[in-house]
Amino acid sequence: MLEHTEVKVTHCYQCGKCSAGCPLSEEMDYPPSVIMRMLQTGDPVLEEKVLRSFTIWVCLTCEMCFARCPMSIDIPKMMDFLREKSLNEKKANPKAKEIVAFHKSFLDSIKYTGRLYEIGLFVDYKTRTLKIFDDLALAPKMMKRGKLNIIPELIKDRSGMASIFRKSNKKNKN
Amino acid sequence: MTLGFYPGCSLKGSSREYAESVLAVAKAFDINLEEINDWNCCGATAAHNMNKELSLALPARILSLAEKQGLTEIVVPCAACYSRLTVTIHELSKDPALKAITEANGLEYTGSVTVLNIVQMLDKYITPNLEGRVVKPFDHKVACYYGCLLVRPHEILKFDREEDPQTLDVLMLKAGATPIDWAFKTECCGAGLSVSRTSSVGRLSGKIIGDAKDRGAEAVIVACPMCHSNLDMRRNEIDSYLGEKVDIPVLYITQAIGLALGLDRKALGLQRHFVKVTV
Repeated sequence: MLEHTEVKVTHCYQCGKCSAGCPLSEEMDYPPSVIMRMLQTGDPVLEEKVLRSFTIWVCLTCEMCFARCPMSIDIPKMMDFLREKSLNEKKANPKAKEIVAFHKSFLDSIKYTGRLYEIGLFVDYKTRTLKIFDDLALAPKMMKRGKLNIIPELIKDRSGMASIFRKSNKKNKN
Repeated sequence: MTLGFYPGCSLKGSSREYAESVLAVAKAFDINLEEINDWNCCGATAAHNMNKELSLALPARILSLAEKQGLTEIVVPCAACYSRLTVTIHELSKDPALKAITEANGLEYTGSVTVLNIVQMLDKYITPNLEGRVVKPFDHKVACYYGCLLVRPHEILKFDREEDPQTLDVLMLKAGATPIDWAFKTECCGAGLSVSRTSSVGRLSGKIIGDAKDRGAEAVIVACPMCHSNLDMRRNEIDSYLGEKVDIPVLYITQAIGLALGLDRKALGLQRHFVKVTV
């Protein structure tokens, strides 16, 4: 962790401010301060639990924990690292299926067009999750207000974009 | 005067009215916003959640294009894009090893670009001349909502205060409004979970709208398309969380300023909102 992110989990003295301020902690299986403690122990069993936790996926990176941490520990940066690791090791929590699917659909959308194509994103996400009816009523309302583009915005240098994705994915199989 | 402009994906789609109002207000002050040619998505939450390298390479391409176009200051209205671009500039300047990412992708970036969020842009180029230009004071009680990414992490953004920021409040005061003191200025709206975990968004955004209402706000003022879409488009979920129908409209800062300048409501895109703008 230290090597990859420069985040020093050992500096945490368990004051609990991160968990108290976290807007998502009530939906987490382990609140942020407990994640910190689990990592501090260096116990591989606990580390495995962290990588398989729902916490790391429901974290919104709102940065409140970092703002309030008296030791200035960059917890959001640590969460990014844990998510990537969890994904690479295929340990993502099953409860996070929709969250991960959404991120994947989002990246796929920009991989091909360079910019987000909202209709494409929705269709791709719905295919992945089979949540066909969720938010279906929203589309016509957005359309009426001119908030949905029928045709995607394509950037010119799409091969450049594809190359950025290819190079970034070399180390990362997802 | 010309400034660079990175609209980001939302401003071309679901938050079209934000772009319309930004451009309208800039035009009123003779500021030309020059779009970065062939810009790409910054990668948003998805990229930094899944792949660090990608989350730096995508914004790096944008910065490199801006530099090539000779733009030194770029205005980034979306708080999330602003955060990703600023973090990328910070990371690239800090760690020479990360330069490998730009080089591997054939991007040249020397570090000459400064990124301004919308509040910084207004503050720097519009606030000094604002008071004399207000023809229709925005005479309402407003809750200025900053959200997360406009002010955090402070270590990198170095903008305003992390938990009780003031810049939007000062701007609205100058536009003739009465900004209220409230508790949810920088609490998260649910952001990127809007689609994949709508229930969380209903709860988080519900608390924000609920507090604004309890303290008598007539409008919520925002500077981020994600905050806007959650607080405006997710009003059904918010109402069911609160157990009542709340019809306080949510306006982009540039829409509120535009109204104070007497600009046309349609030019500011007010008709595009889900919650009817009655102010």
